[in-house]
Amino acid sequence: MDTFRRSMLKGAGAGGVLTVALAAGLLKPVRAFAAEGWNSAAFEARDLAGALKGIGADNIGDSKDIVLKAPDIAENGAVVPVEVASNIPNTVSISVLSLKNPLPLAATFDFANGAVPALQIRVRLAETTHVRAVVKTADGKYFATQKEVKVTVGGCGG
Amino acid sequence: MADRMKIRATMAGDVAEIKVLMAHPMENGQRKDAGQTIPPHFIQNISVEVGGKMVIQGQTGTSVSRNPVFGFKVKDAKAGDKVVITWRDNKGDSRTDTTTIA
Repeated sequence: MDTFRRSMLKGAGAGGVLTVALAAGLLKPVRAFAAEGWNSAAFEARDLAGALKGIGADNIGDSKDIVLKAPDIAENGAVVPVEVASNIPNTVSISVLSLKNPLPLAATFDFANGAVPALQIRVRLAETTHVRAVVKTADGKYFATQKEVKVTVGGCGG
Repeated sequence: MADRMKIRATMAGDVAEIKVLMAHPMENGQRKDAGQTIPPHFIQNISVEVGGKMVIQGQTGTSVSRNPVFGFKVKDAKAGDKVVITWRDNKGDSRTDTTTIA
């Protein structure tokens, strides 16, 4: 009888800890991912057209309001610093692609709640290629700009 | 368990600048070791919360360099705000680290 009461109390204690963790929002980041998922169609696309289709981009206009900074020559293709900043009003997302990589799409970032639509990232480049930044606006329009980076030693195989 | 992220968050004028270094192999599935392809192992999701609000959510692929570094900027933030960054990789591992804006 006493043993049963003990285990009941223990069970209640463990449940209490979980409730506190939930209330404190400790589990929130993980739950946020569940809604977001991972766009496998875009990230596993083997060419630029497939990657762009995967992120839903069509009728992409060129824009000078996207600032894309990348080195002219990268000695090491494994680590190429790229900076993108969008001055297009109502930018909601920025994607970075390297056109000649086996899988061109490197990353897609969404911005909200005061986040400045700008991004620093380090990407791999397999060979000399254009790096392209694609910007999405709140009304679903896409704009892009690109820059060529000459790569001395590729960063994908080995 | 993966190593702790290095996060730096500082105010520059009225904008918070956040830099994060994540310790992760980011195996792209193209490399070979003794003829065997090393299976892909890379971060797929990143989220950044500032002051309790989700500000940035990202998805990443295999073209991101090993031990990824990201830089972000956030308006409407102030010194003392909590910054919570989480990543999750394709094997389901995840890591969350926290700092406050200096």
